[in-house]
Amino acid sequence: MSDIKTLTVNGKVVEFSDEPNLLEVIRKAGFHVPTFCYRPDLTQYGACRMCVVEVEYPNGRKLINSSCTMPPEAGIVVKTNTERTRRIRKTVLELLLANHDRECTTCDKSGKCELQQYAEEYGIKDVSKYVQKKEKDFLPIDDSNPSIVRDPNKCILCGACVRACQEFQGHAVLGFANRGSKTLVQPIAGKPLASVDCVFCGQCQAVCPTGALTIKNEVNAAWDLITDTNKKVVAQIAPSVRVAIGEEFGLEPGENSIKLINAALKEIGFDLVFDTNFSADLTIMEEAHEFVERVSKGENLPLFTSCCPAWVRYLETQHPDMLNHLSSCKSPQGMLSSVLRELVPQYFEGFTKENLYIVSIMPCTAKKVEAKRAQLRKDGRFDTDIVLTTQELAKMIKSAGIDFNSLTPCDGDSPFAEYTGAGTIFGASGGVAEAAVRTAYEFVTGEPLSDLDIKGMRGVDKGHRCKDVELDIKGSKVKVRVVSTLKEAEKSIQEIKNGTADFHMLEVMACPGGCINGGGQPRSCDDSKIKEKRAAGLYKEDTELQYRRSNDNPDIKKLYKEYLEAPGSHKAHELLHTAYQDKFKGSYKDVVKQ
Amino acid sequence: MTTTLIDIKKEQEKVKEQIKAQGLRVLVCAGTGCVANGSLKVIEKFKELGANVRPMTHQDKVTIVPTGCHGFCEQGVLVVIPDLDITYVRVKPEDVEEIVESHIKEGKPVERLLYVDPKTNEHVFKNEDINFYAKQTRTTLANCGEINAESLDEALATGAYEALHKVLEQGNPDAVIEEITKSGLRGRGGGGFPTGLKWKFTAANRGGKSYVVCNGDEGDPGAFMDRSVMEGDPHKLLEGMAIAGYAIGADEAYIYVRAEYPLAIHRLRVAIAEAEKRGYLGKNIMGSDFNFEIHIKEGAGAFVCGEETALIASIEGERGMPRPKPPFPANKGLFGRPTLINNVETLANVSTIILKGADWFSSMGTEKSKGTKTFALTGEVNNTGLIEVPMGTTLREIVFDIGGGIRGGKKFKAVQIGGPSGGCLTEEHLDLPMDYDNLIAAGAMVGSGGLVVMNEDTCIVEVARFFMNFTQNESCGKCVPCREGTKNMLKILERIVKGKGEMKDIETLEELATAVKDGSLCGLGKTAPNPVLSTLKYFKDEYIAHIKDKRCPAGVCEAMKVITIDAELCKGCTKCARTCPVGAIEGTVRNPHHIDQSKCIKCGACFNACPFKAIKQN
Repeated sequence: MSDIKTLTVNGKVVEFSDEPNLLEVIRKAGFHVPTFCYRPDLTQYGACRMCVVEVEYPNGRKLINSSCTMPPEAGIVVKTNTERTRRIRKTVLELLLANHDRECTTCDKSGKCELQQYAEEYGIKDVSKYVQKKEKDFLPIDDSNPSIVRDPNKCILCGACVRACQEFQGHAVLGFANRGSKTLVQPIAGKPLASVDCVFCGQCQAVCPTGALTIKNEVNAAWDLITDTNKKVVAQIAPSVRVAIGEEFGLEPGENSIKLINAALKEIGFDLVFDTNFSADLTIMEEAHEFVERVSKGENLPLFTSCCPAWVRYLETQHPDMLNHLSSCKSPQGMLSSVLRELVPQYFEGFTKENLYIVSIMPCTAKKVEAKRAQLRKDGRFDTDIVLTTQELAKMIKSAGIDFNSLTPCDGDSPFAEYTGAGTIFGASGGVAEAAVRTAYEFVTGEPLSDLDIKGMRGVDKGHRCKDVELDIKGSKVKVRVVSTLKEAEKSIQEIKNGTADFHMLEVMACPGGCINGGGQPRSCDDSKIKEKRAAGLYKEDTELQYRRSNDNPDIKKLYKEYLEAPGSHKAHELLHTAYQDKFKGSYKDVVKQ
Repeated sequence: MTTTLIDIKKEQEKVKEQIKAQGLRVLVCAGTGCVANGSLKVIEKFKELGANVRPMTHQDKVTIVPTGCHGFCEQGVLVVIPDLDITYVRVKPEDVEEIVESHIKEGKPVERLLYVDPKTNEHVFKNEDINFYAKQTRTTLANCGEINAESLDEALATGAYEALHKVLEQGNPDAVIEEITKSGLRGRGGGGFPTGLKWKFTAANRGGKSYVVCNGDEGDPGAFMDRSVMEGDPHKLLEGMAIAGYAIGADEAYIYVRAEYPLAIHRLRVAIAEAEKRGYLGKNIMGSDFNFEIHIKEGAGAFVCGEETALIASIEGERGMPRPKPPFPANKGLFGRPTLINNVETLANVSTIILKGADWFSSMGTEKSKGTKTFALTGEVNNTGLIEVPMGTTLREIVFDIGGGIRGGKKFKAVQIGGPSGGCLTEEHLDLPMDYDNLIAAGAMVGSGGLVVMNEDTCIVEVARFFMNFTQNESCGKCVPCREGTKNMLKILERIVKGKGEMKDIETLEELATAVKDGSLCGLGKTAPNPVLSTLKYFKDEYIAHIKDKRCPAGVCEAMKVITIDAELCKGCTKCARTCPVGAIEGTVRNPHHIDQSKCIKCGACFNACPFKAIKQN
C-alpha cells in the first residue's frame, strides 16, 4: 500500500494515496468540480478547462491549472471555488453555448446534458456578446445508421468520444479534423458513421457530455406497435438491464429490478414478457456443445464467443480471415427472437406469425444494428422488430407515468423466462465463458462441476480487461481467455496470428467490463465504480437462483425435448445458428446501409 | 575505460592546413535570403571567372565558399572577401567580373558595391565599421557566414566537436550539467526556463531509454534565427545535442524542423551523414563508448507544434496537439520516455559554453539573463536581418544603431517582440535593457526572438488583429479558451478595424484576454492575448479612436477612410463623378462636387482622377 499523504482542499485536510489525479482527491474531499472531458476510464485530456483550480505549493509557488491533469502532491493547498476559477468556467460555458445549437427542448440529451446542467448552475443567461452559431453554420446531422446519431452542432470538442474509440476499441473511427475554431470531430474522412468501420458499441455516445452523440431513439416506434390493437407485442430483457435501469429511478447500481421491469412492461402494454437470460442458457447449450466438438476435433480453435455484435462486426470488417473461429451461435437476442417467432404462435393463443412483434430491451447500441442483419431475417421479416436500449426503456416508463419503484413485482411469461445463474452472469465480462465452462465440464465428464465460481474470469474494472484461466477437465488442460474492449481483443488476435496464443476459447465483449457497461445503459462514465456494482448485482443473483448451470434449466430441457432435439441438432442449427460475412468479399451487404 | 579517444587537436591541424591551401576564400552567402536574391548564380559566376585567378594576396588560388547566413539579409547577396575585410552588398551576377578583376586581381575594392551608411550616406570599407555588425556579439552565429555549412572539415577547423571531445575525455556527465547550470543559460525558445535545471530533471531519470529533442519548429512570423543556425552551422547544433545526450544519458535524438525549411533540412542531413561517417556522431563517437544517433523529423506546418508536448505528439505520429503538463517531458516525453527538449539556439550555445567556460558565458548579459540572444530584426528599419546581441542590450541600440533607424525617416512607433505570443513595446521602452524578466514585466516576452519594428504609419489595432488572426488559425482547437476565446477576440478586433466596434467591446476583449490567459491548456493559448493586452495597455487611445470617432489614427484601416471633396479646390470638371464605380459622387458641371458617404466604397479612384487635388483622404 502506498503511503497516506494529505493536502488541503477548500480548507479541508484530505488524505490521499494512489488517486490518479487531483480531481479525484477533490471529489473524495466531498467537493464537486465540473468537467466535460475528464472520464476516469479514459486518459486525462485537460481540454475543457472546467475543472481548473488554484493551487499553492508549500514553497509558495501559485498556479491555476486543470485538476484532472495534475498529480496530487502532499502539502498543497487547493481552492476550487475562487473568483478566477469561476470566471474561467463561466467564460468557457458562455463561449461553448454561443457556439452551440441551443435547441435544448428537442434534444435527446435534454435533462442529462452536462452543458445544460452547468449553464444552469453557473447562471448563464446571456451569451449574445459572443459570436453566435447560426443556422447557416449548421452541419448536417449524421443518422446514417440504426444505432447512433451524431449531431456535430452540439459537439463541444471535449474529445471523450475520440478517446473512447481509440482507447477502448483501438479503432479510431472518430478523430479530429481541421484546426482552430474550425476543428471538428468526425468519422474518418468526414464520411457518415455507416460508411466507416464503426462497430456501433456506443461507447462514444456513453461518454459524450452533450447531445452531439445520442442513441437513435426508437421509443415512438415502440409506442406505435403497442398502441396498435392489431398487433401482439412481446418483449425480451437482456441480463444486464436488470441491474442498471433502477439508477434511472433512484435505485442503487446493481440492484436487481427484473421483476419491476416485467411489471412495467406489462403496464406499458406488452402482451408477453420474456427473458433473454433464458436464451443465454440456450446459447450455452449450443456453444458448450460446439466448443466440446471443436476441442475433440481440434478444429477452429480458439473458439470465439459471438454474443457481442460489436465484436462480430469488428471481426467481419477487420479480420474476416478469422471468422471460422467465431461460434456459429446467434446471440441470445437472436436466438430468443427466432425461437419466439417459431413457438409463441404455437404456445400462446391469439398470436400468429403475422401479428407477433418482438421488442428487445438491450444494454447495447450495437444490438440495433445486429437486429438488422440479413441473416437474422426470415420470410421477409427481421426476427427482432425493435431494439430498445435501457435508456430508451427508462424514457418509456417515465412517459407512461409509471411509478417504477411502487410497481408490484411480477415474473416473466413461461416458458421463455425461466433462467439460471449462468444465464444472468452473461451481462458481465467473463460471464459467458464461466457459464460455458460450467456446462461444458458436464458435457465432457458427465459429472456436474462442483465449484461453480470461477473467480479468475470475473472482474470488470480497468485492470481486468484481459483474464486468462486454466481449467483442469479431468486431466486435460483447457485454457480460456476473457477480454473486454476490442483493443484487448486485437492483442489476442495478433497472438493467434503470430502463433503465440495458447488458449482454446476467447470471450470478447466490446464494452469495457461487458454489457453491464454497454453503450445503451444509463450514464456511468463519471464513476468507474458503477460497473463494478452492476456486475456484483448479477453475481449476487447467480448465487441466489435455484439453478446455476444452463443445462439444469427445466424450461431449456423441455424445449430440447419437445422441439430442438439436442444441442447441435439440425433443428437447433436452423433456429439458433447463423453465418458471418466477409466485408472484403462481394457477399458483404452492409446492413447499416439498407 | 578501454576505449581511446581520437586526438582532436591533430584532426584540427589537418583540416586547418587544408583550408589554408584553399588560398583566398571568397565567402558568398548561401542562406535562404541570399539564395532567394540569386546568390547561387553569383557563386556560379565566381567559380567561372575566379577559379584560375592568382590573387593579389599572393595566395596560390581563389576558393569560392558558399556560406550560411551573414545576417544582413536586407543587403543580400552578400560577398565577403576577408583579405581586405570587405563586404560587398546587393551583388548581382553581372558584378562578379568587376570584383574579380579589380578586387581579387589588383586589390582595389569595388566602391560602388560597398554598403552605404544610411546616416552618413558614405560607403563603408571595413566590416567593423558597418553599424549593423559593429554592435553585435556573434557567438551562436560566429561561424554562420564564415564557413561552408556543408563541409565538416570547415566546421572542424573552427573547433567543432572539440567540446564534445572534452566532455567525453572528462567522462563526467554531471559536471557537464553543472557547467551549463553555472553558465546561467536559459531556454532560447521563448519561455526562458533555466537550461541546466531542465537537463538535471531529465538526467534524474537516467538508466532507461531517453531522448534529446531539438525544437526547430520556428514558426513566429518573421523569425528565422533557428533556420540560420541550422543552415549556417549545423554541426554546432549537432554537437550541442550530442553533449546534451551525453549529459542526460540519451543515445537517440530528433530534430523537429519545419518542412518549410528545405535548405536547413538538406544541410542537417548532409551534416549528420558526414559526422556519422567520420565518427563524430553515431556509434562509438570519436573512439569513446558513447553512441548518439540523430533523426530528422519534418514538421507538417502547424505553429502549435513548436509547443513541446505538441511537438512530441507530432513526432509520435499523432495529431499535433499539446498534452497537459505535468507530466513534464523530462519525466514522460517522447514515446513515454524521459525527454530533454531544447530549442535550436539553446543547443547551439552549449559547445561554446563547454569550451570557453560558464564564466565566460555569464560575463555577458544581465543579472538573470546571461549570454547573447539572436533576433530577427524586421519591419520598418533600415537594416533588417539576423542579429546577435548580449542580453540586456536596449531596444534603442537594436533599432537605431544596428537597425540603422526607421526607414524613410519616419517616426518610431512600436516593436512587436516575441511574435504572436509577445507584446508591443513603445517609445517608453527604448532604453529598457532587454532580458527575459524585463520583457515579461513590460507585457511582452523574448519569445524566439522575432522583432518587428513599426513606424507611425502602422495601425496598432490592425497589428493586434493580425496576430490574433494568426493564433486563431494556428490554435490546435483542443482547449475551449484558446479555440473559442481567440475566435471571439478576433471577431471583435475585426469589428473594430471595420469601424463597427462599440465601447463595450474593449471590456469584452479584456475579459476574454484574461480568461484565455488564465484558462488555456498550453503556452500558445496562455500567450495568445499578449498582443491585445499590451496594445490595449499602451495604445488604448487608438482603440477608442477606432470605436468612438470611427477614425484610424494611422490612416490604415480601409473601412474608416473618409474621402471628401474640398469645395474650394473643386472646379466641377466631373471627372471624379465619371470615374466613381458606384455613382457616389454628385454634382453639376462647374459646381463643387460632393461624395455620398453611404455609397462610397473608398476605392480611391476619384483620388487619382482629380486633376486639381481636390479629393482629400483623412
